[in-house]
Amino acid sequence: MHTKTVAQLAQGLQQGEFSSVELTTAYLERIEKLDGQVNAYVTVTAEQALVAARAADARIKAGTAGPLTGIPIAHKDIFCTDGVRTSCGSKMLDNFVAPYDATVVSRFKEAGVVMLGKTNMDEFAMGSSNETSYYGPVRNPWDLNAVPGGSSGGSAAVVAARLAAASTGTDTGGSIRQPAALCGITGLKPTYGLVSRYGMIAFASSLDQAGPMAQSAEDCAIMLGAMAGFDKRDSTSLERSVPDYRAGLNNPLAGLKIGLPKEYFGEGLDAGVARVVEAAIAEYKKLGAEVIEISLPNTHLAVPVYYVVAPAECSSNLSRFDGVRFGYRCEDPKDLMDLYKRSRGEGFGPEVKRRIMIGTYVLSAGYYDAYYLKAQKARQLISNDFKSAFEQVDVIMGPTAPTVAFNLGEKSSDPVTMYLSDIYTIAANLAGLPGMSIPAGFVGNRPVGLQLIGNYFDEARLLNVAHQYQQVSDWHSRLPDGFK
Amino acid sequence: MQWEVVIGLEIHAQLATQSKIFSGAAIAYGAEPNTQACAVDLGLPGVLPVLNAEAVRMAVKFGLATGCEIGQRSIFARKNYFYPDLPKGYQISQHDLPIVGRGALEIELEDGSIKIVGITRAHLEEDAGKSLHEDFAGLTGIDLNRAGTPLLEIVSEPDMRSAKEAVAYMRKIHALVQYLEICDGNMQEGSFRCDANVSVRPKGQHAFGTRAEIKNLNSFRYIERAINFEVERQIDVIEGGGTIVQETRLYDPDKHETRSMRSKEEAFDYRYFPDPDLLPVVIEDSFIEAVRATLPELPAAKKQRFEQDYGLKGDEAAILTGSRELASYFETVVQASGGEAKLAANWVTSELLGALNRDGKELGDSPVSAEMLALMIKRIVDNTISGKIAKQVFAAMWAGEGDADTIIAAKGLKQVTDTGFIEKIIDEVLANSPTQVADYKAGKEKMLGYLVGQIMKASQGKANPAQVNQLLKQKL
Repeated sequence: MHTKTVAQLAQGLQQGEFSSVELTTAYLERIEKLDGQVNAYVTVTAEQALVAARAADARIKAGTAGPLTGIPIAHKDIFCTDGVRTSCGSKMLDNFVAPYDATVVSRFKEAGVVMLGKTNMDEFAMGSSNETSYYGPVRNPWDLNAVPGGSSGGSAAVVAARLAAASTGTDTGGSIRQPAALCGITGLKPTYGLVSRYGMIAFASSLDQAGPMAQSAEDCAIMLGAMAGFDKRDSTSLERSVPDYRAGLNNPLAGLKIGLPKEYFGEGLDAGVARVVEAAIAEYKKLGAEVIEISLPNTHLAVPVYYVVAPAECSSNLSRFDGVRFGYRCEDPKDLMDLYKRSRGEGFGPEVKRRIMIGTYVLSAGYYDAYYLKAQKARQLISNDFKSAFEQVDVIMGPTAPTVAFNLGEKSSDPVTMYLSDIYTIAANLAGLPGMSIPAGFVGNRPVGLQLIGNYFDEARLLNVAHQYQQVSDWHSRLPDGFK
Repeated sequence: MQWEVVIGLEIHAQLATQSKIFSGAAIAYGAEPNTQACAVDLGLPGVLPVLNAEAVRMAVKFGLATGCEIGQRSIFARKNYFYPDLPKGYQISQHDLPIVGRGALEIELEDGSIKIVGITRAHLEEDAGKSLHEDFAGLTGIDLNRAGTPLLEIVSEPDMRSAKEAVAYMRKIHALVQYLEICDGNMQEGSFRCDANVSVRPKGQHAFGTRAEIKNLNSFRYIERAINFEVERQIDVIEGGGTIVQETRLYDPDKHETRSMRSKEEAFDYRYFPDPDLLPVVIEDSFIEAVRATLPELPAAKKQRFEQDYGLKGDEAAILTGSRELASYFETVVQASGGEAKLAANWVTSELLGALNRDGKELGDSPVSAEMLALMIKRIVDNTISGKIAKQVFAAMWAGEGDADTIIAAKGLKQVTDTGFIEKIIDEVLANSPTQVADYKAGKEKMLGYLVGQIMKASQGKANPAQVNQLLKQKL
């Protein structure tokens, strides 16, 4: 059963080939047996999963099931889940049991989804390798010596290893797309404002966006249909109707204009990754697409701008973790200042502290204009690049990440090198555009992702473009050895 | 050396919305600690703020009433600092682009002259919770009921030159926000409070002196005393050869002094930046016009109308328009009494306000309603009772003995207009007062008053005074 996609599983459930309880049990058994190798789950909610599976079976029987009813998925541990520990990969929240569901979680609940558990992640979503987690690194199912990418490394790994039918992730600078690429799965970061951020623990509020991670574009379409839509509890969510993302999956690509930004194929791109991406582009040409070289001249600003804006917002967002009301509190604080200093000093890991310090610095009196304000202006330039590009092309393509998955520990002592793993993904967050990563091949035994960037609210087109490629390739349906 | 005092005020008016500024939690005062704080107010991980449209409407109302500019695009910003009763580690406020911009307010000084005080801006922000240091034996309790309560911070220009002017300005804003029904004005509960920026400079000097900010003043008396204390302190320091340091000070009403809280060096760097969780507030002209249509008659216009329509004197009109509630009480009395504006003004300003003041009651708690007072006035006008007897009736109504008619009947206070009865009393009094009658006839006109008094006394105040006068003169 675990080799099936969400779409196939839904069919099996509807046709009574198996029940949700059987399916859920099968996944729980796989998790029990295999998760030790990858460390992708922080919490497995077996009991609740079986309760939900029984309820889903009843719905299926009653004929009130939807396309996700009874499907076992995993949520990134950044989404608050009522009554279940929500750690955000941090010691700070190791003891935090959320008293409410994030909007994303409650929408999946309403759809009848079975939550198998919560996935491992970089601490507070800050990292590109899943090595900053308090719960230890996740390993890449394709090569256990390699990182899965981050920050949604656990969510990528559970799909790659088929320890869940699909998962949710969040993407602030590439945290869905980069691990999707490194783990050989399909991941979508929607337009900023499409999916509610309520209940998703904030890293950088103006960049954070939740999205689906799955085996295929079709599965992402099904997942996104449940996640998307206006939420009155999130002022940045947009009031617009949610299209049927599956409806246009089979549209032909003849005449599609694909833009290849020359800046995404320059220095720093691994030659093997470049070859895989070029082969995928060639495939698109066969499907009738037209390829146009374009320029996004401010691409070089993306990483520096991001490392001003994201830390600035995180330095403020993470102030609530002060040891006063919830989360980690140091032992025997002497006074208030001691409580603050030690709770935060002991509760946060080094990468989180580094970003809080950068953010505090760039917002400080006398530095604000030079850093934060300037970064906001540069951010506008980056958006403008895309605006011009989308006047010429329908979709932008390139590599998701400059290299395939690197080895555990390889970059963890060099933050700047680590930050450069998101060099191609960050710009979409800064501009608020939707982006996808789809499996396009391998370098050795490690997967390569092809990135698709679309215009605002053009998710349906991205999914269509991705789906058409997946009709003529099988990279997305391959399983790593040891997880077959 | 002659010193000039320079004062600017930052007034915090708690907006009278049903719920908090960024969450749906209620804001009633005095609830059990932490019973009016939802996930958003607690700053739980993952929660987001959603702006209360009513708070925006109220802020715009204030801006329109003071002729201030309305910020067509205003931005919420985060003011970052750590404190246990500040759950998110930042306060959502407005920094660069406030919702209300420049304007001005006229205040009347004690000598009757008019002064214009500039309003710099007014911005929306959320209140913090409360830290409770008592009852926890060495620990601090946190009550987050107040966290997220909407505040309008009204910042004045440094235009005031004495504590009295500051109080006059504060009173004016206090009356205005209540007129607009955007704040209950309750200073004891902290719904209306201010911080005062105070400095002194040699008279004639253009540049401002270094200022101290006195925090959290919540009564008109304290404001005046705190400012006066601070002014004297600053003058003493300067005249003693010292310099004023920019700092935040607290006023201690028990010791009647201000104390340093923190200096500029210790001041927080709040690291303001636009709150990415909230979109810019864009205010359309149509919204402004819709709010303008809901503006009530403002105090100045009402005072003028009272003078014109009711023929009231300036000071009477000023008293009666001091609060919207009192003005409305007065107008109800006028209407229900059949247009007896002068009598109504007299009775409201003297008897009613006197009784409220004496018993420490608010108008809302008055045992004598506007309708009751109107009925009593009608009874004066139709000669059922005299003005003097009316005081007795008012006292009885105040004591809860019923309406005027009930009291007049129960106590037999109905005025006597029966000429025969009055003449009989006059005859008795004249017979008993031969000396006074003789004096009167000898030219001592004052004796008439004495005789009237005696007659009224003998009638137990019930004789109609006009008739008594007339008949007495005839008989004499």
